[in-house]
Amino acid sequence: MNNSFIRKIDWLTVILYFLLVFIGWVNIYSSSITEGTGSSVFDFSTYYGKQLTFIGLSSIFITLILAIDAKFYQKFSGIIYLLSVGSLAGVFIFGKTIAGQTAWYDLGFMSIQPAEFAKTGTALALAEYLSDSQTNIKYLKYQLKAFLIIVLPIFFILLQPDPGSAMVFLAFLPVMYREGLPSIYLLSGLGLVTLFVTTLVFGAIGVCVAVFLFLTLYYLWRKRKKKMVSVLPFITLLLITIVITSSVRFTFDNVFKQHHRDRINLWLKLEHDPEKLREIRKSIGYNTYQSESAISSGGFSGKGFLEGTRTKGGFVPEQHTDYIFSTVGEEWGFIGSTAVILLFTFLLLRLLFLAERQKSKFSRIYGYSVAAILFFHFMINIGMVIGLLPTVGIPLPFFSYGGSGLWAFTLLLFVFVKLDANQINEWEDLTELR
Amino acid sequence: MRKLLLSSIIIFVALIYIGRLSYLQLIWGNKDSPLNDTAIKQVFDYPERGYIYDRNGKLLVANQPSYDVMIIPREVTPLDTLEFCSLLNITKEDFTRKYDKAYVYSPRLPSVFVPQLSKEEYAALQEKMHKYEGFYIQKRSLRHYQTDHGANIFGYIREVSEYDLRNNPNYQSGELIGIQGVEEYYEDVLRGKKGVKYIQKDRFNRDIGPYKNGSYDTLPEQGKDIQLTIDIDLQTYGEELMVNKRGGIVALDPATGEILALVTAPSYDPSLLVGRQRSKNYTQLYYDSIANPLYDRSLLAMYPPGSPFKALNALAALQEGVIDPSTRLTCQNGYYYKGRRLMGCHCGGGSRDLVRGVALSCNGYFANVYRRIIDKYPTSAEGMTAWEKHMNSFGLGDYLGYDLPIGKAGRIPNADIYNRMYGKHRWYSTTNLSNAIGQGEILTTPIQLANITAVIANKGHYYTPHILKKVENQPISDKNFTEKKYATIDSKYFGPVIEGMAEVYRNGTARSFQVPGIEIAGKTGTAENFTRIDGKRTQLTDHSIFVAFAPVENPKIAIAVFVENGYWGSRYAGPIASIMIEKYLKGEVTRKDLEKRMLEASLQEEYAKPYSGKPFRINE
Repeated sequence: MNNSFIRKIDWLTVILYFLLVFIGWVNIYSSSITEGTGSSVFDFSTYYGKQLTFIGLSSIFITLILAIDAKFYQKFSGIIYLLSVGSLAGVFIFGKTIAGQTAWYDLGFMSIQPAEFAKTGTALALAEYLSDSQTNIKYLKYQLKAFLIIVLPIFFILLQPDPGSAMVFLAFLPVMYREGLPSIYLLSGLGLVTLFVTTLVFGAIGVCVAVFLFLTLYYLWRKRKKKMVSVLPFITLLLITIVITSSVRFTFDNVFKQHHRDRINLWLKLEHDPEKLREIRKSIGYNTYQSESAISSGGFSGKGFLEGTRTKGGFVPEQHTDYIFSTVGEEWGFIGSTAVILLFTFLLLRLLFLAERQKSKFSRIYGYSVAAILFFHFMINIGMVIGLLPTVGIPLPFFSYGGSGLWAFTLLLFVFVKLDANQINEWEDLTELR
Repeated sequence: MRKLLLSSIIIFVALIYIGRLSYLQLIWGNKDSPLNDTAIKQVFDYPERGYIYDRNGKLLVANQPSYDVMIIPREVTPLDTLEFCSLLNITKEDFTRKYDKAYVYSPRLPSVFVPQLSKEEYAALQEKMHKYEGFYIQKRSLRHYQTDHGANIFGYIREVSEYDLRNNPNYQSGELIGIQGVEEYYEDVLRGKKGVKYIQKDRFNRDIGPYKNGSYDTLPEQGKDIQLTIDIDLQTYGEELMVNKRGGIVALDPATGEILALVTAPSYDPSLLVGRQRSKNYTQLYYDSIANPLYDRSLLAMYPPGSPFKALNALAALQEGVIDPSTRLTCQNGYYYKGRRLMGCHCGGGSRDLVRGVALSCNGYFANVYRRIIDKYPTSAEGMTAWEKHMNSFGLGDYLGYDLPIGKAGRIPNADIYNRMYGKHRWYSTTNLSNAIGQGEILTTPIQLANITAVIANKGHYYTPHILKKVENQPISDKNFTEKKYATIDSKYFGPVIEGMAEVYRNGTARSFQVPGIEIAGKTGTAENFTRIDGKRTQLTDHSIFVAFAPVENPKIAIAVFVENGYWGSRYAGPIASIMIEKYLKGEVTRKDLEKRMLEASLQEEYAKPYSGKPFRINE
């Protein structure tokens, strides 16, 4: 690495990364320190001590990632991808089961979750595939191949089962859309989710009637402007709606597991039986309630570092991992939690800006994937902690406690930092060289 | 367009999340104080209630420890109910009921499970207490009375009711509050301020240390000791004199307005309202609707004042200039108007001046006096208003403003009342002539009667009667009690009236109970009264009334005595007043026969008459 390379690194991204990691660590410290122990921050029996080690090791990884030639990531993307999928399959033989999920490799001093790293592998493979000059995502053949790249890891992750991590792979949809995937995919995905949720809330018949009325009005409106309008697409749409809505109940009751149903029931306020509602509140709702009230008790300026009473009392379960944002809310208040949201937003927008300015298609797609994956984590995690989305157990990037998560996100991000810093050397765009 | 989709979604989501955070943290969360957090437990440290002393420094009310069994329903684990119940001496049903009640109040906050265990009960329970999770013992202090008397003065303390809790956020379930008497009126002084410790808890409700190192904690502030103006010996003596009688005695120090004794009969031992038996005893007293021991007659009972009121009419007439001390008026064994006898008189008839008029309590004389006051003005209404103003200036017709929580305004009739009763300009001084002799529409409480006696003793001013002398040895400084209030009568007019009242003792109705060596001025009174028996208005034996002050020069005590259905003022009220005065001024009573007669006298037979169901005779 020479000086010019260092200058080409996007330091803004790097600074944002370290800022988030630092803030995350402060909050892990606060949520896992016990009153009166007074041990040093390097106490490795504690979460904050361990996390500090993980952060230190990350810095070494970053150096390694940046030292490797940028072309390596593209050239070996296929192999990296296959290794990722292999490691996902491998957990069923060599892995360890924690809380019903066979998702971990036990390294003795720590556990590694391959699903975290599979995101990087998939992003590289997808970027490589889509940036190939022969690939045209507008055609179904290429779409299917691209989907296969994404679905393969999802398959193994769902087997573990870890639906939360699997859900994150949906982040590749907006990436493909950016590269020309027809909007029908996004629209139908959106439509499906909307139909699912509205049917659960309002019932199949209500939704069908509403869709019918909407389509009729739209049809009449179109007809007034143009003489000839085919009725066929409208009827098809209505039929699809009817089929989907009538199968929602069945899917919900038979495909979903009870704890998923509970989460959704709680989220959509579907459960009216007070007895059952109380039970749900005690189990799943308890986390959300505790985290919401911890956040709200922070008020405008928060209770101050190490002063969060809910945090100290350990009221919020999993506070150092998935619910770490509630510590921010309680101790740093509205100011702190908004600042964290703005930092994330700023980082994501910066990544998208960097992605757009890439000369190589591969780098652009990869950068886009990084932003999309981080965004999905950010949205699902904070949405859950502040009670807007149903409970889904995935970490907040750079914040949540855990070595494997931190390293995976670091890898994901810094491969892109490397690609971005390297772009000036790409006189010979790799795709064209080939 | 495709390039902007993801960025737009990111910004959109960020805005929604910030919106949600503003709701959670700025709107939802800002209501409670940080101390009002589920993660923080408040532990109270109760101060001892202030002691109460009498005017001579005798301890009247102290404290004794008591132990409440408290419950935090959420923390209760399955227990050996049978053993627990037998230790507490309650039934299984009681247990369930109390548990449910506490749970309804709050699963998280402590409630009283069994209040006020005695030391013995506490000792038995204490060693097994560790077995019962969710229960603990809270030490409190209860009142310990050093006297059997003065219950109406002290009031009592009890656990706060749900009503108190709703209306006063300073109290927690199980705390004690003063009810009635000085305990209620000076609650804030006596109670002190409880200390509070804030404890940080974890989610298993375990204590994990003081919150913010105790920087919000406060120390309890001891309740302040107070000294009353009451002379407990005089009070005790008064209560003993009133045994088997009903009525009230109010003794004031005219020079300061201090209440020396405030006796109501029948009364009860204040110790009855302490401890676990409080509720039972209270119910018993409460339901005695005939003798009504909880009813403080000295402050609440409104009677027509009778003859003592004549002194006020005389003073008003002097001030209005319608008579002078030497004006002679004639009594024809009563008062006649247009040939009709409006009222009778026992004075024997004849012409008399002011001093003799007062001394003989001559109805005819005062009928003339009253008519002269009212008829001085063009209309009766104006005359009535002038008269009413004088009477009000003696503290009549309105609340006196003393420092006890209960009272009655009494009544001084005004022109409006008669306008309503008879119509405008359709009534005259003869219409309400009973006002001349303290009957008719006039009503006073015993403490008001004592107060007008003090005004006469002071020749025209008074201090609002009060019962608090010192707080923590600091004399009171409340202007309401330390500043003179003036009657509308010039002090020069009081001489002849006082002379007349002294004459009552020397040669008049009170001569039989003179006190050797003390010159007393007094006035007997008799008030007719009625009750309803089976819906029929029935007259009962007259109330016996006496007001007096002594010594005439430099008065030290002003007293009003009221004995229900005691007939003549000189039969019971007069002797009792004279004994009280002697006791207070000399420290002992020399007239042992009279003392014995009064101590042993019983009016129970008289009180039983209206309930006998048979016809009975009155005024025997």
